[in-house]
Amino acid sequence: MGLLYGLIAVGLALIFGLMDVVNFAHGEFLMIAMYVSFFLFTFFAVDPLLSAPLVAAALFVLGALVYLLVVRFAMRAKANAGMVQIFSTFGLAIVMRGLAQFFFTPDYRSIPHSWAGGKTISVAGIFLPEPQLIGALVAILAFAGLYFFIHRTDFGRALEATREDPGAVALVGIDKNRVFALGWGLGAALVGLAGAIMAVFFYIYPDVGASFALIAYVTVALGGFGSVFGAFAGGIVVGLVEATTALVLPPSLKSVGIYAVYLLVVFIRPRGLFGQM
Amino acid sequence: MDKSFAARRRRDLIVAAVLAALAALAPLVVKDVYVQNILILTLMYAALSQSWNILSGYCGQISLGHALYFGIGAYTTELLFTKFGVLPWFGMLAGGVIAAIIAMGLGYPFFRLRGHYFVIATIVIAEIGLLLFQNWEWAGAAMGITIPVRGDSWLKFQFLRSKLPYFYFALALCSLAWFVTWWLEDSKWGFWWRAVKDNPEAAESLGVVVFNSKMGAAAVSAFLVAVGGAFYAQFLAYIDPESVMGFQFSLLMALPAVLGGIGTLWGPVLGAAILIPMTELTRSFIGGSGRGVDLIVYGGLIVLISLALPQGLVSLFSRSKAKGATR
Repeated sequence: MGLLYGLIAVGLALIFGLMDVVNFAHGEFLMIAMYVSFFLFTFFAVDPLLSAPLVAAALFVLGALVYLLVVRFAMRAKANAGMVQIFSTFGLAIVMRGLAQFFFTPDYRSIPHSWAGGKTISVAGIFLPEPQLIGALVAILAFAGLYFFIHRTDFGRALEATREDPGAVALVGIDKNRVFALGWGLGAALVGLAGAIMAVFFYIYPDVGASFALIAYVTVALGGFGSVFGAFAGGIVVGLVEATTALVLPPSLKSVGIYAVYLLVVFIRPRGLFGQM
Repeated sequence: MDKSFAARRRRDLIVAAVLAALAALAPLVVKDVYVQNILILTLMYAALSQSWNILSGYCGQISLGHALYFGIGAYTTELLFTKFGVLPWFGMLAGGVIAAIIAMGLGYPFFRLRGHYFVIATIVIAEIGLLLFQNWEWAGAAMGITIPVRGDSWLKFQFLRSKLPYFYFALALCSLAWFVTWWLEDSKWGFWWRAVKDNPEAAESLGVVVFNSKMGAAAVSAFLVAVGGAFYAQFLAYIDPESVMGFQFSLLMALPAVLGGIGTLWGPVLGAAILIPMTELTRSFIGGSGRGVDLIVYGGLIVLISLALPQGLVSLFSRSKAKGATR
């Protein structure tokens, strides 16, 4: 679970690290990804584990569109820039939730059976549900891929450069808007991957994103805004804390542990675990 | 030349008094209970948003966890009322005081946090509160509390025959929140807040003053919001954790100020006057299908307004005024 939280959070951290914008529609990206995966399964019988790349591609397009249609304008605001970003992405989240309700109805759906079904695998005496295990593997692969992408490719360098000095990159002919749009696409694609995997073992309904979004924000903040590595590490911490809390407190209180750890960490290190001080 | 500051403040006060008087007469014209209901909610959200604006708008500490104080106000009042028979008026005050104390207690660690870390901390603390109340058996857990009917009087703050007393209380609360804002705006607190918001680094060099002024803003803001929560609980006669402490309340409190103009005296009132009737109407006219059309329209408007008018609707007025001045 922690690795999946990490995967969701990395997308958020990427967008934040790139341009200081917190995407409050992040949970809704996840929800859409789960629906895409669900419909690919119901109509075309594509297993969620196979459709994951397709879902990621669809989310890439969605992320880039959201940047071009909404966020681009939000970033132009001179006054109250922070509030404009928060509320424009928040408004967007409400719209997306409304659209999901309109087209898909508020019913709970689930993917009845997948290759990764409900099997459990025993690793060194610990029983692990197979879907979660596959999810964890995909998350690690995706993170490795992202790391390689950012540090080893031209586009990755363009991302880094734009992040450091958006003004200067314009001089060397990099289109800031294109880089940002690709960054948003990439961030959304990562959530898409997570969504496709989670569609196998979570109910899918229009508000599903909201419950994960807060954990994603906490995860990113825990790791330190601006640090992609931190987001991934934060995800692992959150997963572990959640599992431990579940042992001590009733299940309905399991997120309290996560929140408490977040508060504790930021009180000691106001910039998160790996954030620049 | 621009009008002098003192003249503008006097004008604001007169306009507010006239508006309040007109609002007080509104029930003579509006007999429809549904419309009265919308008016009550509009006034309540204007009051809440005005209170939220004190900490988040003027002082720049954006809180998306004010639902916590709202819920504390509602729960303190109703727990005292149902378990100990304490009149809601005292419960309301107690709720306000408890909320203010909690706000200041949280201020110690929270005000060290900057930007998104602060915002997320406020969301998280409200969420913890929500989860705790949902699991607190004595306080009705997730089922909530149904407020028993004890009569129809101002003393018991329960009105069965007519909604008008609720209307007048909401109007009084809204006027109070407005007046407090008006009064603080021109006090030394107001100046400290603007300093903290505009230039945190410079304000930081004044150390204690910054911290104290944030604390003051948090306390006033939380107190007023908790009173709003107490009112809401009596008005609905039923509370449960999700409906008084849910995240949506934190948002609903912030939105009127954001749309109207954050950190301005008139923004929250203007925002609430437009937003709340709009929300209620979209809900009843197109939301009945249960298919989320109202959400689409509502969310879309939020996106459009926040993108097109980052300083809120109030900026429309000041812009036209500025033009008039140069002509």
